[in-house]
Amino acid sequence: MTHSMFDVERIRKDFPILSRELPGDRPLVYLDSGNSSQKPSLVINTMRDHLEQHYSNVGRALHVLGSESTEAYEGARDKVAAFVGAPDRDEVIFTKNATEAINLVAYAFGNPTGTDERFRLGPGDEILVSEMEHHSNIVPWQLLAQRTGATLRWFPVTDEGRLDLSGLDELLNERTKIVSIVHQSNVLGTVNPVAEVLARARQTGALMMLDASQSVPHRAVDVAALGVDFVAFTGHKMVGPSGIGVLWGRRELLEAMPPFLGGGEMIEAVWMDRSTYAPVPHKFEAGTPPIVEAIGLGAAVDYLTGIGMADVMQHEHDLTVYGLQALGEVPGLRIIGPETAEERGGTLSFTIPGIHPHDVGQILDDRFGVAVRVGHHCARPLHLRFGIPATTRASFYLYNTTDEIDALVRGLHHVQKVFG
Amino acid sequence: MIAESLYQELILEHYKHPQGRGLREPYDAEVHHVNPTCGDEVTMRVKLGDGGKVEDVSYDGQGCSISQAAASVLHELTTGSTVSQSLAVVDEFTRLMQGRGQVEADEDVLGDAVAFAGVAKYPARVKCALLAWMAYKDAVVRSSA
Ligand SMILES: Cc1ncc(COP(=O)(O)O)c(C=O)c1O
Repeated sequence: MTHSMFDVERIRKDFPILSRELPGDRPLVYLDSGNSSQKPSLVINTMRDHLEQHYSNVGRALHVLGSESTEAYEGARDKVAAFVGAPDRDEVIFTKNATEAINLVAYAFGNPTGTDERFRLGPGDEILVSEMEHHSNIVPWQLLAQRTGATLRWFPVTDEGRLDLSGLDELLNERTKIVSIVHQSNVLGTVNPVAEVLARARQTGALMMLDASQSVPHRAVDVAALGVDFVAFTGHKMVGPSGIGVLWGRRELLEAMPPFLGGGEMIEAVWMDRSTYAPVPHKFEAGTPPIVEAIGLGAAVDYLTGIGMADVMQHEHDLTVYGLQALGEVPGLRIIGPETAEERGGTLSFTIPGIHPHDVGQILDDRFGVAVRVGHHCARPLHLRFGIPATTRASFYLYNTTDEIDALVRGLHHVQKVFG
Repeated sequence: MIAESLYQELILEHYKHPQGRGLREPYDAEVHHVNPTCGDEVTMRVKLGDGGKVEDVSYDGQGCSISQAAASVLHELTTGSTVSQSLAVVDEFTRLMQGRGQVEADEDVLGDAVAFAGVAKYPARVKCALLAWMAYKDAVVRSSA
């Protein structure tokens, strides 16, 4: 790579799993980080150290371990808040994953326990998503529409794999209460024009949420600069552990929302017939949270900050340019998504005529140790839109190399030989 | 190396040159089965005759080589046999597929379908191999109803 500080070979050494071998002496070529990323030693060691030396429950234990644990857990919140530019650290709510973060917001709407006008939802009101969403950003809104009688609508996707905003003014209208779209598509790689949609939402008074599961790991995301109302992302895709996700929301909105799950730690006082609730973020963190996972996410954020998100993005951009070019040389291969690296991340989904993605993925794995994802990647409506049942997806991260892309291409040539 | 035992020549042959593919008239029952994890699909029609004879098994579908080749092999093994013979093959094939690679295939019963023995070692692909066979069983039950 061209720039000085970013040394991918050194970065690879931070991730122990990348030097393991697969059965049959094959090296591992991990091109499935869009699904879940690998973890650096810093994250692994931080979590182990916490379990070995500091672990206790958080927020309720008065002893030394309790306060060390609480400090580490709340410290992770500070780190995450700084990482995404949250104006207020209490706006960072720890959830189980991005899916739970989106559900949390969806349950605030049309909820009889809430009173704020902005979250009132019923027949005649509209919810707006897009055709390129992950099921996590479709199904919670379908369920909300079913519960309340509101109407679910969606932006279409162009043939090039971009959000089709030609109907923006009609789709996002005075009836729209919430628009929730993906920041970077987990299939197409497309980075969506947030500002354009947000400008319209501000005209009509709709709230706006971003599913940033695939953007926060790969580029510098500043929630204040984006200017939206809610942002969801997930720890395991950003070199952190699974079991921890984040909802960022504007404090004033979070305060106006009803609680999501009820239980310990989310209350202020409880009587047998009613309760009052803790201030945010604790109002939304019922029960014992994923303590070590949150601390692991804090370490992940430290790691990524140490590398620098601008460099991460540049490296992935270089890989994307290289990958698009290299895949373009495989006969008949069709990229599903933008064919240039502009406003696009390193997620390359494709089809090969006459060969099903499952067969592609199986041979890549068995013969070449190349791990890709095959199927509809939890975005079935998007695949229906393109008239295909499934794609093969290679997704890049900071630790991937052009050699690995070459291995992928060699594998694809072999696949074509087997099925030719 | 491992894939070689999965993608037997016979499977690839059936995938590239499927036997008896295409939906035909007449038929007693038609079923449509899907494999939700990978989107494999098969539509299958069965025509039964006197004495429990299987007169025709016609099908159409889309999906991976394993699922499509399995439908082609099934067509060859069932057409012209009897319902009871063919269901014995289905049972043996199912036993083989669900055996995690630990089950010895009965070649006398399975014929060409033994080529799928390697699939049993790939839990993610077992459903692909079984798709057409489950559809067939379903169609036979509906035909005889
Ligand atoms: C765009 C997008 N949204 C949401 C999710 C859901 O993430 P999680 O399963 O961690 O909740 C994913 C990951 O699969 C994703 O890629």
